[in-house]
Amino acid sequence: MTATHALPHDAPSTAATVRSFRGDGDSTIPAFLVDAGTFSGPLDLLLALIREEQVDIYDIPIARICEQFLARISTLELNDAAEYLEMAARLLRIKAQMLLPRADGDDQWDDPRAELVRRLLEYQQMREVVDVLERRGEMRRNQFARSYVQSSITPPAPIALSLSLPELLAAVDRILRAVRQPTMHEVVARPLDVPGAITIIRAVLALRERVRWLDLVAIDAEPWQVLSTLLGILEMAKVGELRVFQQKPFGSVDIVRDVAGEAA
Amino acid sequence: MTSLAKLLEAALFASARPIPFDELSALDLDSSPAALRAALDEVREHYDQEGHGVELVEIGEGWQILTRAEYTEAIERAQLAARPQRLSAAALESLAIIAYRQPIGRAEIEEIRGVAVGGVLKSLHERGLIDVVGRGEGLGRPLHYGTTPAFLEQFALRHLDELPRADELAVALRSAASEQSASIPATTGAA
Repeated sequence: MTATHALPHDAPSTAATVRSFRGDGDSTIPAFLVDAGTFSGPLDLLLALIREEQVDIYDIPIARICEQFLARISTLELNDAAEYLEMAARLLRIKAQMLLPRADGDDQWDDPRAELVRRLLEYQQMREVVDVLERRGEMRRNQFARSYVQSSITPPAPIALSLSLPELLAAVDRILRAVRQPTMHEVVARPLDVPGAITIIRAVLALRERVRWLDLVAIDAEPWQVLSTLLGILEMAKVGELRVFQQKPFGSVDIVRDVAGEAA
Repeated sequence: MTSLAKLLEAALFASARPIPFDELSALDLDSSPAALRAALDEVREHYDQEGHGVELVEIGEGWQILTRAEYTEAIERAQLAARPQRLSAAALESLAIIAYRQPIGRAEIEEIRGVAVGGVLKSLHERGLIDVVGRGEGLGRPLHYGTTPAFLEQFALRHLDELPRADELAVALRSAASEQSASIPATTGAA
């Protein structure tokens, strides 16, 4: 099943290295390094290792494969290594699970490697499809189709201008004349006189302690006068010069001199 | 050649993409499907037997006139046309998964490949080989991808069924694999 996938490196030499490594019975890492970047992912690397080590995919010696795996990814930059590290962690976890004691003849034992085997087989199946696609894609790459491009509607060529300078200036002049004068808004000074109103209120309150709203505003007062007086009262109430009362809703408003405020 | 064959040849020459059979039949409504097939065969045989630099190929759910492979290098050397860039191994892997499992979401592709595929999907999409075909039911309603007619054309496939069926592949199916994993004999394992 491995024949369909070309090894990304020199297979015979790796096999030789693996044999000598096994012959020593030594668990040191073989003295070759393969750029893990040539593999398209952790599963690809894992499959390559399984082939090199010539082990049964259904009975993977996890410790050995994991050691090899870690050796290969040790040269990777952190950014590239993330996905490989995840797989390394998975391998270690599987190894740990296999070390857990289990009862003899326990048929219920689930091989912790089963999920990994399933993924490897699935991945290998996909690699076979890749081979098919690669072959057919290469076939089609070597043939050209008609590259007919629909001609877009070209915009009409600009008509050459024959224009003298006076004509151009006359045209500019015409346009400038046609432009309307910008409308100017006249800004009117605010017609209220709050300080004046305050002066009046203060004078009235100096004579009488309590006045009514209607005493302050003449019957025929202009709106600006009413507003000025109102704002004046509110301003004086704010600073504590007077207080405003109302006996009942919509009743007349009484304005009382605030003695405390006056004193201050 | 018969006049129908000549008409088909002209239409195929004018088109930049494979023309599906029903679009060919629109060229001459009086002709029966059988007559159309005979005319297509006639064009193909004409190219094959009289020694033409092009051939008629059934590809991408339709028919297309393509240059013969032996002239590719000369054409490319003269810079008259350029072969498209090969896809990377990563792109081919993702494409293979999509072709078989479509519609499929990004997470499932990543599950099978064991790597992130966001960038690869983007470039496949830009090359017009895959497209969004819907949304999944899962969390965040993930986008589902499928292959496009351009995929069939660029991989010299007449239709999707032409890809080997999963059970024709050397490696057993996903479900079969999980059943067998506990008890399979060692001889069927890795070579």
